[in-house]
Amino acid sequence: MREFGYRRALDVPGAVALLDGDPDARFLGGGTNLVDLMKTGVERPTRLVDIRELPLDRVEPAEDGGLRIGATVTNSDLAAHPEVRRRYPALAQAVLAGASGQLRNMATVGGNLLQRTRCGYFGDVSSPCNKRDPGSGCPAVEGEHRNHAILGASAHCVATHPSDMGVALTAFDARVTYETATGPGEIPLADFYLPVEETPHRETALPPGALITGVTLPPGATATAANSCYRKVRERASYAFAIGSVAAALDVRDGTVRDVRLAFGAVASRPWRAHAAERALTGAPADAEHFAAAADAELAAARPLPHNGYKVTLMRNLVVACLSELAEEAAR
Amino acid sequence: MTTAAKPLIGTAHPRVEGRDKVTGAARYAGEISFAGLAHGWLALSTVARGRVREIDTESVLSMPGVLTVLHHGNAPRVETGYTSVLGVPPDPTVAVFQHDRVPHKGWPVALVVAETSEQAREAAESLVVRYDQEPHDVAFSARRDAEAAPFDGHMPPALVEKGDLEAELAASAVVIDAEYTTPEEYHNPMEPHATTARWEDGRLEVVDSNQGTNWVVGELAGLFSLDPGSVRVRSEHVGGGFGSKGVRAHQVAAVMAATVLRRPVRVVLTRRQMFSLAGHRSPTAQRIRLGAEADGRLRALEHRSLSRTSTVYDFIEPSAGASRPMYAADAHHTENRLIRLDVPSPTWMRAPGEAPGSFALESALDELAERCGVDPVELRIRNEPAVGPVSGLPFGSRNLVGCFREGARRFGWAERDPRPGIRREGRWLLGTGTAASSFPAMAMPSTAALTAEADGTFTVRINAADIGTGARTALTLVAADALEVPTERVRVRIGDSDLGPAMFAGGSAGTRSWSWAVTAAAEELRGSLLPGATIPPEGVTVTSDTTEAVGALARRERHSYGAQFAEVAVDPATGEVRVRRMLGIFAAGRIVNPLTARNQFVGGMTWGISMALHEEAVRDQALGGLYGPDLAGYHFAAHADIRNVEAGWVEDTDPDDPVGIKGIGEVGIVGAAAAVANAVWHATGVRHRHLPIRPDRVLTAGGDA
Amino acid sequence: MPPSTSSDLTLSVNGEKYTLTVDHRTTLLDALRERLDLTGTKKGCDQGQCGACTVLVDGRRGVACLQLAVAAEGREITTIEGVADGERLHPVQQAFLDLDGLQCGYCTPGQICSAIAVIEEHAAGWPSAVTGDVRPEAGPPALTPEEIRERMSGNLCRCGAYVSIMQAVARAAGSGQGSEGAAA
Repeated sequence: MREFGYRRALDVPGAVALLDGDPDARFLGGGTNLVDLMKTGVERPTRLVDIRELPLDRVEPAEDGGLRIGATVTNSDLAAHPEVRRRYPALAQAVLAGASGQLRNMATVGGNLLQRTRCGYFGDVSSPCNKRDPGSGCPAVEGEHRNHAILGASAHCVATHPSDMGVALTAFDARVTYETATGPGEIPLADFYLPVEETPHRETALPPGALITGVTLPPGATATAANSCYRKVRERASYAFAIGSVAAALDVRDGTVRDVRLAFGAVASRPWRAHAAERALTGAPADAEHFAAAADAELAAARPLPHNGYKVTLMRNLVVACLSELAEEAAR
Repeated sequence: MTTAAKPLIGTAHPRVEGRDKVTGAARYAGEISFAGLAHGWLALSTVARGRVREIDTESVLSMPGVLTVLHHGNAPRVETGYTSVLGVPPDPTVAVFQHDRVPHKGWPVALVVAETSEQAREAAESLVVRYDQEPHDVAFSARRDAEAAPFDGHMPPALVEKGDLEAELAASAVVIDAEYTTPEEYHNPMEPHATTARWEDGRLEVVDSNQGTNWVVGELAGLFSLDPGSVRVRSEHVGGGFGSKGVRAHQVAAVMAATVLRRPVRVVLTRRQMFSLAGHRSPTAQRIRLGAEADGRLRALEHRSLSRTSTVYDFIEPSAGASRPMYAADAHHTENRLIRLDVPSPTWMRAPGEAPGSFALESALDELAERCGVDPVELRIRNEPAVGPVSGLPFGSRNLVGCFREGARRFGWAERDPRPGIRREGRWLLGTGTAASSFPAMAMPSTAALTAEADGTFTVRINAADIGTGARTALTLVAADALEVPTERVRVRIGDSDLGPAMFAGGSAGTRSWSWAVTAAAEELRGSLLPGATIPPEGVTVTSDTTEAVGALARRERHSYGAQFAEVAVDPATGEVRVRRMLGIFAAGRIVNPLTARNQFVGGMTWGISMALHEEAVRDQALGGLYGPDLAGYHFAAHADIRNVEAGWVEDTDPDDPVGIKGIGEVGIVGAAAAVANAVWHATGVRHRHLPIRPDRVLTAGGDA
Repeated sequence: MPPSTSSDLTLSVNGEKYTLTVDHRTTLLDALRERLDLTGTKKGCDQGQCGACTVLVDGRRGVACLQLAVAAEGREITTIEGVADGERLHPVQQAFLDLDGLQCGYCTPGQICSAIAVIEEHAAGWPSAVTGDVRPEAGPPALTPEEIRERMSGNLCRCGAYVSIMQAVARAAGSGQGSEGAAA
């Protein structure tokens, strides 16, 4: 870890100003990912701007009936918030499925969205990696890729995004708000992560030097979101990253799907919104057969590698399991 | 002397250092401060094979706080032509910085020493090392058996043949022929390897985390051509070892730096460095052939195991040896073979040989039970040998059948429907499985000193190591019992090479060996103290040495045994496997402290669950190193994975054994993974012959996996 | 001008104030262990992957290895050295001692600090990943063994003392040996 400067920001414009246009400066939130990456040498910032004192630590109702979540709200506070648990249970479940109690107390919402892949090649500076060192190659394609992407990847990078929270936020059409030196901005989470293609090192659409100030959840999905769940499969029962996860929300009337939201985790370089599955299911009977067909519609685009084809089966089964559970809940 | 009310051995006693451990007062090796302490940080090779061409020390030496950079061009020379206390030459990988060859990825190429650990780390990570890279070979598989050679290792001989294997197989009504594999596994004690070395009054003083200070003294004295009496190693509290804490590169590098700088130097391995410098368990590829009568009685037992080592040191994972003391069969054929690859040297890891070997053997027994339609418990009882199956020696004590009977009773085995894949509870398929376990009961010579103090207390001095086993507490109970005094009057000092030679914590032989020496000293002391005599201010001290007594021990098949039972739930939609409950019943001699013993048995079983479901280091063939070498990439069981795991024991008395205590540290893992795998078969109808049983394996296993 | 790479600061640990100059790279964990001689907080992985360095920061558990010491200024840190009431052990410590919730002892301080926080988090009504219904209307979950195990999962124990650790946490929480959940 090289030496670096440290400043604490007290307000949002001050934080942006302290970054001072330095491309090697970083905002420090909970530090659960950044400090780790600094230790492994993946990140070598020249200065850190500590943003944890910023007044962005509230979860509040938005004027349009949605919910506004500040960027420095900790994962724990988000998951414990009564409005989140009541109106977006899958979001609370997703956050609780991530990391550990200690890390959730530290990690922030903004940092969660910006966390880097847990691909082992990315995290090992002695190994090639197009995301960390553009043009050096991707050893995962021919090497270890059991937990790599099956959707939306390219020959240049097959890494996955590790967030659980982001999967639920994606299902609920969240929008990311940010501040730059020239003023605020907003990006739908669906457009926040850039396609991999030939530039896996370019990860988000956030303008240079921008500070994430929060995430807003629109009111539109409220009826559906209240009947939602998050299921995560991993290689031990807790404290591990997903090998596949699903955030699902379902509104069923008289046995017919009125509205459905589906997003997948651990299968792509970003939380993967399953639009094709949603389209296939909307207006269809809410039964296992149609849930499976919807999953197949989405997974038709999957391009598994030799050792991660199981994820296609896993995601299909998870979609059926989650939606069946929600359909039962709706019928109750 | 006053007489204690009842024997203390067999009664629960909290750890004597427990209060220090729960308050944070217990200091481990890297936590003792020294004036003028400097910090060393190892720089490791980034290639898997080749030569160091150039090390750019200039730019690093000018960095803030940097004191020196040691590498093959300037480090003190060391000797490797000695025999270690283990009776073998040292693993040359501990002789760091002696040449420019790189035998594996993560090989130490330099030690950077600086005033602070932050400075040392940054300098070590900035150090530019150029290599002449050579093609490497790290690909281990059963297909490479033709390149392998038999090797004895710690479970000699490599090859044991009894009877006509092929003839017995041909005459068998049922033959099981199956291949099993276990992956590369890492000890990962919670406390990383840490050492501080310094010279004081012409003596090398080392504060270290290890499993035996004599072991480390012997190696350091050998390497640095020192009189062992001029080396002192202390190791009071040790945060786990499991076989990985002998002598390693960091101790040698720390001694070199302390010698060059003439000040105390501490070197602590990072968790990631432990994945190339602290040893590991080799992957194994095993083949088992069982031939049996229709009723399951074995005619033939063949167990072949292939493992791999580094290119510079031969260490074998002798998995086939696990079959030798287990079951009667007219023909026995067991063989351990080894190939050399460009990887770090493997080493002992909890039940070396028995842990992977029992997975294969006890899985194959379950397959045989299925084929014969015999209950798996009954099958094992039917194959119970009267004497050592290949040695012909009588058993010291063997109560495996008692373990199975008591285990089956407590687990509710009698109600089990043997048909696989028929029990469902919600999304879960349920199943149960069983397996046998066994581990040798060895003893090694040790010395002890016992002092009757003038204040009526007693001090036991024995160079034991408590790496979490509860040895310090067990020896307190043993001494108090032998002296017939309450434990409050006994103080046990361990973990210091100045205390004299004693067995290290390994081979499940520590507490057995140390107890022997302590008991002998106590008997001596009681004989020399006259009732009512006044103790002089310096106390009365006697010593014991069990070398002769251990050597006089009659040759027997001496082992601990156990029966493992597991119940699993498998979600066929996601491939998740959960162990809902597990019971192990053991016959392991006299149990000294039921409180800590239960914990240690359960700890071994927890390792077995972890081995069955989680543990696996993945080696990248192209790069030669591990993929994700840290605790997020290498999973071992977390709290949520370990539900109801219970251990108990049955009577196990050997009237001819002078100690009566057997080791309990390793038998708990033996057979545990097989019990889980057998339960997965019972739940799903699918055999998993390759560990770990990951979700993707469960999902993709159409038939047998 | 390059920014300064060290700072003078005051850390508040176990009610004591410590003034020191730290290299910004120094983690809270290293500051405790190397600078303040509070070595009860352990370094198991230094990457947030084991929980051995768990301390309480403003009353909430966190890992000290991923917090920079400079960023901990102004926060109240409680380490294992600060949880007992003088000579009287904290009930969690006492339960670990009595029920042998440890073997080598190296993960123990982190387990104990974590357990203290788990009991408080549960009392505050926080759900966990194994809570059947996270909606507030469902009420707070009972602190079953399954809940304890999930909530303690950020603290690895390689000796495999999980069973007795869980029993110790249950005893200290006053929940005794609650019934097992139905889920696998």
